[in-house]
Amino acid sequence: MSERTIELEILRYNPATDEAPWYQTYTVPCQEEWVVLDAINYVKDHLDSSLSYRWSCHMAVCGSCGMMINGEPMLSCKAFLRDFGRKIRVEPLSHFPIERDLVVVLDDFMEKLPRVKPYIVRDQEKPIEEGEYKQKPFELYEFKQYSMCINCMLCYAACPQYGLNSEFIGPAALALAHRYNKDSRDEGRDQREEITAAHDGIWECSFVGACSEVCPKAVDPAGAIQQMKLASTMDWYLERLGGVGARVKRSLSSRRTSK
Amino acid sequence: MSRKPFVRPVPATTWYMRNGRYLRYMAREVSSLFIGLYMAGLAMGLMRLAQGPDAWNAYLTALSSPLALVFHVLAFAFATYHATTWFNATPKAMRIRWGDGYVPGPTVVRAHYALWGLVSLVILVLVGVI
Repeated sequence: MSERTIELEILRYNPATDEAPWYQTYTVPCQEEWVVLDAINYVKDHLDSSLSYRWSCHMAVCGSCGMMINGEPMLSCKAFLRDFGRKIRVEPLSHFPIERDLVVVLDDFMEKLPRVKPYIVRDQEKPIEEGEYKQKPFELYEFKQYSMCINCMLCYAACPQYGLNSEFIGPAALALAHRYNKDSRDEGRDQREEITAAHDGIWECSFVGACSEVCPKAVDPAGAIQQMKLASTMDWYLERLGGVGARVKRSLSSRRTSK
Repeated sequence: MSRKPFVRPVPATTWYMRNGRYLRYMAREVSSLFIGLYMAGLAMGLMRLAQGPDAWNAYLTALSSPLALVFHVLAFAFATYHATTWFNATPKAMRIRWGDGYVPGPTVVRAHYALWGLVSLVILVLVGVI
């Protein structure tokens, strides 16, 4: 195993003593196979125990260790040191307030997520004795990709629209709304549209596409949002077609819903 | 200890300078300005045509000025960039079922280019160029 030395430039902020964030540089001896998170853990264990950051699984599943690495939102457990130069700049995720050091405040997302009802909504629950809701392989395929979201917030840190207007519901919450809209067991699309098709929902997205490029789980929130725009536009036209439109909408949704 | 979260402001006018991804997005958006200006020029041509031969000839002379030529070269470059970026983005919005999956993205993109070529060909035949 070869060893090399890197310089980690970390944005520090202590709310008790600092007026504004500042950079601190650490010299870290690293192993070839280390990721950025390993180097940060080395700092915490050997150089400066006051450094605060979030992490848990170290395998791109928990979504806790998202940071800006050389200006790009990444999971620090998935960012290999060998892919960077000798000097690496680490900052907390963009567009979120800094709680302390690399820890950001996620309250905004936690408030938005339940508003899009990210769970199966039924007009009427089926009694348990009638058995489970069955799905065909394609019905699972339709939404599975969007269910892979780990709420790591890299997409919010990448999205300039969210940076400019924090009222925007944002990529991950909208992708999760789409995940349930596309689920054949769900009947809650109309309820979700009150939030997703409102001014701060899908129409705030101008399709920069950065969310999908940085997503570590290939969820493609940008795709989800464009598909929602298409469906919402279709609804708008169908509503204006009167009785015929209503019949088309009903037949489209009844074809989707497993009874 | 009370909380004191630090909010980093996003510069409202220079945010797109932060990385190449945002710059490419802005280039795509700015390209529509050139398409809009080109359309305005085209509409003006129709107006001149309706005003008679003198006005139409003056319009044609104006079109061959160096400034107009430079603008048209630029407008063509931006229109091509605009069209290709949007064509390449179509698979994200267009999901067409194919068996137990969707029509692959590259096929959707190629279909757009094919249709673009076909429509261009029909127009060239209609106006008698080929």
